[in-house]
Amino acid sequence: MRKIIFIVQKEFKQIFRNKMMKPIIFVMPIVQLAVLAYTADFTVKNINIFVEDQDHSSLSVGLVNKISASENFNLIAASNTYAEGVKGIEKNKIDIILSIPQNFNKNINTNKKSDLFITADAINGIKAGVSINYLQNIIMAFMQEQASAKGLKNGGSGINIIKRDWYNPNLNYKYFMVPGILVLLVTMIALFLSGMNIVREKEIGTIEQLNVTPIKKHEFIIGKLLPFLILGIVEFTIGLVVALLWFKVPLLGNVFVIYTYTIMYLILILGMGMFISTITNTQQQALFLSWFFSVIFILMSGLFTPIESMPVWAQKITLFNPVRYYVEVVRLVMLKGSSFMSIINNFLIISFSAILVNALAVINYRKTA
Amino acid sequence: MGIFLAFVNKEFKHIFRDTRTLIILFGMPIVLVTLFGFAITTEINNANIGILDYSKDTYSQKLQNKIAASGYFNIEKVVQNTNQIDDAFKNGEVKLAIIIPQNFSKNLINNKYSDIQVITDATDPNTANILVSYLQAVFKSFSDEQNITVNANLDVKTKMMYNPENKSVYMFVPGVMTIILMLVSAMMTSITVAREKELGTMEILLVSPLKPIIIILGKIIPYLFLSMVNAITILLLGLFVFGMPMNGSYLLLFAEIVLFVLSALILGLLISTISNSQQTAMLISLMGLMLPTILLSGFIFPISSMPDILQWISNIIPAKWFIIIIKNIMLKGTGLSAIILETSILLITSVILTLLAVRKFKIRLE
Repeated sequence: MRKIIFIVQKEFKQIFRNKMMKPIIFVMPIVQLAVLAYTADFTVKNINIFVEDQDHSSLSVGLVNKISASENFNLIAASNTYAEGVKGIEKNKIDIILSIPQNFNKNINTNKKSDLFITADAINGIKAGVSINYLQNIIMAFMQEQASAKGLKNGGSGINIIKRDWYNPNLNYKYFMVPGILVLLVTMIALFLSGMNIVREKEIGTIEQLNVTPIKKHEFIIGKLLPFLILGIVEFTIGLVVALLWFKVPLLGNVFVIYTYTIMYLILILGMGMFISTITNTQQQALFLSWFFSVIFILMSGLFTPIESMPVWAQKITLFNPVRYYVEVVRLVMLKGSSFMSIINNFLIISFSAILVNALAVINYRKTA
Repeated sequence: MGIFLAFVNKEFKHIFRDTRTLIILFGMPIVLVTLFGFAITTEINNANIGILDYSKDTYSQKLQNKIAASGYFNIEKVVQNTNQIDDAFKNGEVKLAIIIPQNFSKNLINNKYSDIQVITDATDPNTANILVSYLQAVFKSFSDEQNITVNANLDVKTKMMYNPENKSVYMFVPGVMTIILMLVSAMMTSITVAREKELGTMEILLVSPLKPIIIILGKIIPYLFLSMVNAITILLLGLFVFGMPMNGSYLLLFAEIVLFVLSALILGLLISTISNSQQTAMLISLMGLMLPTILLSGFIFPISSMPDILQWISNIIPAKWFIIIIKNIMLKGTGLSAIILETSILLITSVILTLLAVRKFKIRLE
């Protein structure tokens, strides 16, 4: 036990004697959390729209007014030349064109078929999709108003969706992103610090001094893990306070559930770092490997793009991504107030992997050079 | 010039003698681009949903069949009351729940109208919105088919310019290519100087007659070579695996790639000169670059929707400009004149970063 404490002391001293480390470990991630949470928002604002109106009827003018009154759209111009709108798209001045054909009013009133056309700059597919969706909603709402005005009950609108957004009624993206980004930052710090630790001693040569001490392999790994575990928990706590106080993310579940899970998760990530550290020869190699894994962890975590939208084989890969589980758990517990029993499977997967990976790291670490 | 070549030669030898690193360096981008090119999209298929059917009549059954046949949804759970919906959400089993009210058929036949309650799991607002918009489309086509709407005559047709099939490949593949290229390049150079400091060989370099600018350029050229190999592999993957079109000039594209890679390499080198150990250099280049590059480049989230201050900050991210350039050349087939602004910004960034790196390069050890 005492041997472990010595190693822990040595590690802490080594980390904090380097003046650049404190700001890198504590300031950089928290600043990123506070700033980047504002970027991750799929709401599309300021869509520049051009209307080609060939009809010039009261109906078409009413529709144009309805669109320009919407807060999502900026009406750039309404004229009767389509080419003008296309030129605007080419110059990136216009995002979307709505074309209203001749006799639109007449056809609608006489129940004849009449089509509206939307042309969107689809290079940014997401923005185009969302914009078209907004525009269609406005058109549908407008047509229903018109129909109701003619005395049809409920506008004869067929099926009407009444949407209820549970757990986050204002669709606040920050509730979704802040816990996720926090998880990513804690993961990266833990993985990079532990991943470069033993290999650094190898490269500088100090590993020899440790190898000749009577310390046992597992004591050595535990002694190396503990300091980073403590750092990780402190980091997570600071981030959590920022999430709760600054972003007002609700915390419906039990905070002990989150911490129990976080500790188990950190042991897993640190074990992975240690493992990388034992199989590499230089810090450069360790850096590349931990970078490689963290990019995969981040982009396959379901945080920025939904896991459901990945192809099936990629969804299977995410099953091996610890970040995916952690993001899921933090979100479930904080936003939905899920109990420990709801996440028990998730917890068992992480615990099992943690034991496995750490055992591998201990086995792989050789006390002979 | 002779000295310079000798220095470049030394750097090349350093790199090529470490085969393990080389394998990682060339293998990584291939794996990452292939993986993300397929995996990063925001179209959702087969989302698990729950249904609570109070009506259990012909139309409600028809509607459920229509939903299941759409390909967007998978009816995972049929529940009996709203409490079960809450449980299903809390266990993470479903993403959305549909409540069909009583007398659904009767209302549709008599009034041509019925409400349907849709409950979303709004902890993920993006998925919630996408799913509801899919559902709207399914309901609209259902109403039109069953002839229960007066607006059946109105059809809104859409045309997606430059990307007629609305493939998200066009959206994400340029982004994935840019991000991987940027991060790999910056990471490679970020530890070169710090490594020499840590291993003690820096002293030897400093007592040699090499000027800082020569050392910096000498460090960059070998990595520029490596990055170009990576860039070409990534480009080939984009063209042949993901079917990106190439409508512009290859010469222009390569010139832009060189410029972009240079800016990333110099950024890495700048990090290297200001750090005191490999560990700090790595942490800065990894922690400092990864998330800001992914989030502020417009790769996934539209920059135009961000708060003004972040839109400003995004201007200093080289990846943002390169994504615009690459999309313009490859998808729109534009020439240099259309992307002159973006190109100049990359150029100016590279020059400023070089000046900073030379300035920060200390010729004395502490």
